[in-house]
Amino acid sequence: MAHRFQRLILGIALTFGIAAVQAEESIVLSSTTSTDQSGLFGFILPKFEAKTGIKVKVVALGTGQALDTGRRGDADVLLVHDRAAEDKFVAEGYGVERRDVMYNDFVLVGAKADPAKVKATGDVVEAFRRIAAGATPFVSRGDKSGTHAAELRFWKEAGITPRDWKDYKEAGSGMGPTLNMAASLGAYTLADRGTWLSFKNRQDLEIVLFGDNRLFNPYGVMLVNPAKHPHVKKEAGMKFIEWITSAEGQTAIATFKINGEQLFFPSAAKR
Amino acid sequence: MFPLCLTDVRFQPNGRAVLAGVDLELDGEGISLILGPNGAGKTVLLSLLAGLRERHGGELSWGGRLQPSERIAFVFQHPMLLRTSVAANTALGLKPLGLPTQEVQRRVVRVLERVGLAHRAGDAARHLSGGERQRLALARAWAVQPRLLLLDEPTASLDPSATEAVEAIVREIRTEGAKILMTSHNLGQAMRLADDVIFMTEGRVREHTATAKFFSRPQSPEAKLFIQGELPWRIAFND
Amino acid sequence: MFTTLLEALSLLTHLDAQVVGIVSLSLQVSVGAVIIGTVIGLPLGAWVAVSEFRGRAGVTVVLNGMMGLPSVVVGILVYLALSRSGPLGSLGLLFSPTAMVIAQSILVTPLLAALSRQIVEDVWRDYAPELRSFGFSRWQAVTTLLYDCRFSLVVTVLAGLGRAMSEVGAVMIVGGNIAGFTRVMTTAIALETSKGDLALSIALGLVLIAAILTLNVIAHGLRQWAMRKYG
Repeated sequence: MAHRFQRLILGIALTFGIAAVQAEESIVLSSTTSTDQSGLFGFILPKFEAKTGIKVKVVALGTGQALDTGRRGDADVLLVHDRAAEDKFVAEGYGVERRDVMYNDFVLVGAKADPAKVKATGDVVEAFRRIAAGATPFVSRGDKSGTHAAELRFWKEAGITPRDWKDYKEAGSGMGPTLNMAASLGAYTLADRGTWLSFKNRQDLEIVLFGDNRLFNPYGVMLVNPAKHPHVKKEAGMKFIEWITSAEGQTAIATFKINGEQLFFPSAAKR
Repeated sequence: MFPLCLTDVRFQPNGRAVLAGVDLELDGEGISLILGPNGAGKTVLLSLLAGLRERHGGELSWGGRLQPSERIAFVFQHPMLLRTSVAANTALGLKPLGLPTQEVQRRVVRVLERVGLAHRAGDAARHLSGGERQRLALARAWAVQPRLLLLDEPTASLDPSATEAVEAIVREIRTEGAKILMTSHNLGQAMRLADDVIFMTEGRVREHTATAKFFSRPQSPEAKLFIQGELPWRIAFND
Repeated sequence: MFTTLLEALSLLTHLDAQVVGIVSLSLQVSVGAVIIGTVIGLPLGAWVAVSEFRGRAGVTVVLNGMMGLPSVVVGILVYLALSRSGPLGSLGLLFSPTAMVIAQSILVTPLLAALSRQIVEDVWRDYAPELRSFGFSRWQAVTTLLYDCRFSLVVTVLAGLGRAMSEVGAVMIVGGNIAGFTRVMTTAIALETSKGDLALSIALGLVLIAAILTLNVIAHGLRQWAMRKYG
C-alpha cells in the first residue's frame, strides 16, 4: 500500500516536472488563428529562438480573445490585426510599445461561377452590395476576429445590416472552419490571404476579388503593460518586439512564402 | 463478561414484536444452542448480542457491565468471502486488531490446520465448496480468539459429512475455552452438540435447560409440540 | 480521401516526430489526471458508499450529475481560476500542461467517485454485517472493499482514462493548443481539421481510436481473468 503511494507521488511529480523542465526563458505570444495557421510563426520564430534562446509559446485565438488574454495578463506580447481595437487597448492602458509589423491582405472568395457577378466590380463595398442583393449565401466568421471586424466595416460602408439578409450565415469560428463551410455551400466569404493559400479543401472556391486597398490588413505588435500586470516578462517581450521590427525580423517575414508566393509585407517604421 | 443476563429484551422494528421480551442467563462455558422454529427470533437475538442491532427495550448485562469486555465473533449462515485467497479471508477478522504481520500469519496457519484447510491456503476462497466455506468462516472467527463465539445455523445448508466436520471443529473451539452460542432448528444437532438448550418461539424464551433434561422432560407445551413435530416417531413423556 | 489515408498511415509508420510528441503529451496529461482522480475519487466514492449521514442521497445525486459535466464548462471555469486576473493567477499555470492536468482531473474525479460509490455500495450491502461484526472502522471497511472490488475499479479507472483522452473542450481552453507544448491529440485533430489538413488529423484519430480500443480490450480481458481466478 505504501509502495503504491510512492509511485503515485512520483507520477504527480513527473507531471509537474514536465512544466518545470520547460521553464527555460519563454514568453507567451497571443495572436490570431489566421496568422498562426498561415505557418508564419513556424517559419520566423525558430530564427528568433536561435538568436536569443527565448522560446515563444504561441496561443492562437480570435483577435477579440487575443486582446482579452492580454487584458487579463495571461500573455506577454500580442500580435493582432485590428488597428481600432489595438488603439483602444493602448488607450485603456493595457498595452504599451505598439508598433506596426507587417500587412497582408484580405481576399473575397466565392464559387467559380460567381453568381453575384463580383469579379467585375474591383470594389469591395460594391461587391458586398451585389452579394446581399442575390441569393448566394455569405459565410461570416462571426467571432470578433480582425477578419470579422473588417467584414463588418464593409457591410456598414455598403449601408447593409447583414443579419437582415436571409442568406447571411455566421459560423462563429476560425478562418479554416469558415472556409470549410463556404466551400461546401458554394458561398462567398472574406478570408485573409494566408489562410486561403494554405487551405486545402477549396472544392469550387477561388479568389473573386482582391487588391482594393480597403482589403489591406495591417498587423501590430505590442507588449502587455507591465504596469497593469507586473509579472509580464518585460525584457524578453521587448526583445521579441525589437527583433520582429528590426531588419532581421522584417526580412524573415518577407521571405516567408507559400507555394512561392509572399504572404506578409513588412511595414515596421525604420528606426 | 459472564454471566450474560438478558432481562425483558425487546426488538420491535415498525411495531412488529420480533423479540417480545427475552429473559436469559448464560454462563461462560460450553455450547448453548438456541432451538426453535423459523421466525422465532433466534438470528435477531444473536445480532443483538454481536452489537449489530440496538434493542428497543429491556436490560443487557455482561457480567455486571453494559458492554462486553472481551472479543465476540459471529459466523453468519452464509458467510461472505472476499475475492481473494483462503488465507487472506481467514486473516480478515484480525485486521481491526492491528496485530503484527508475523502474529497474523501464525494464527492463520494454526487455525487453517485445525479446520483442515491448510492445503488450500493459497486457493481462491470463492472456489470452495459449501462445507469448506463454512469451515473457513469458522477458522476466520477462531483466529480472532473470541471469548464468545456466535454461530447462526452453521450447518443448515450442508450435507451430513460436511456437517460432521463442522461440528467437530465447534467442539474443539469449545475445548479451548470459548463460550459458544449457536442457533439451529435441527434436533439431532442439538442432541449431539449442545450442553444446554434455549428453546424460543415467537420472540420469547420458553425454556432453558440442560440438553438431556430438555429432550426427556420438556416443560413447555410449545417445546413438546416442536419435538414431536420434528421426530418421526412419538415419544412418551414423563410429566 | 484514399491518398489522405495513405499519408496518414505513412506519418504513423515513420513515427513522425510531431505525432510522437503529441501522443506522448496526451498520455502524460490524461494519465496524470486519472492518477489524481483515482487517489481522490475512489476512496471518496467508497466512503460515501459505507457512510450514513444526512444529505447522503444529495451527495450521490450530485456525484452522478457531475459525471456528465461538459468539458468546455470545466475548461472555462479552470481558465477563469488560473488566469492572471483570476484567484489562482499568481501560480502562472495557464497555458501549461499542468493546467490541462488540473482541468482533466476535475472532469475525471467525479466520474471515478460516482462509479466507485456504485460498485462499493453494491458490495457493502453484502459485506456490512460481517465487517461490522469484526469491528471494522469506516476507513478499514473502505480499504478492504476497494481491494475486493479491485478489478471492477480498474475497469472504472480505464473508463476514466478513456474519457480524459477523448475530451477536447477543457484542454483546448486551458492549454491554448500551443505547438510543441500543450498540443494533444484531440486539440491537434481539431486544429488540423479546421486547417483542412486531414492527413495529420486522421493519423492522430487512428491513434486515439486505437488507444481507446486497447483500453477497452484490456478492461474486458481483466474482468474475464479475474472472474475465473477469484470467482
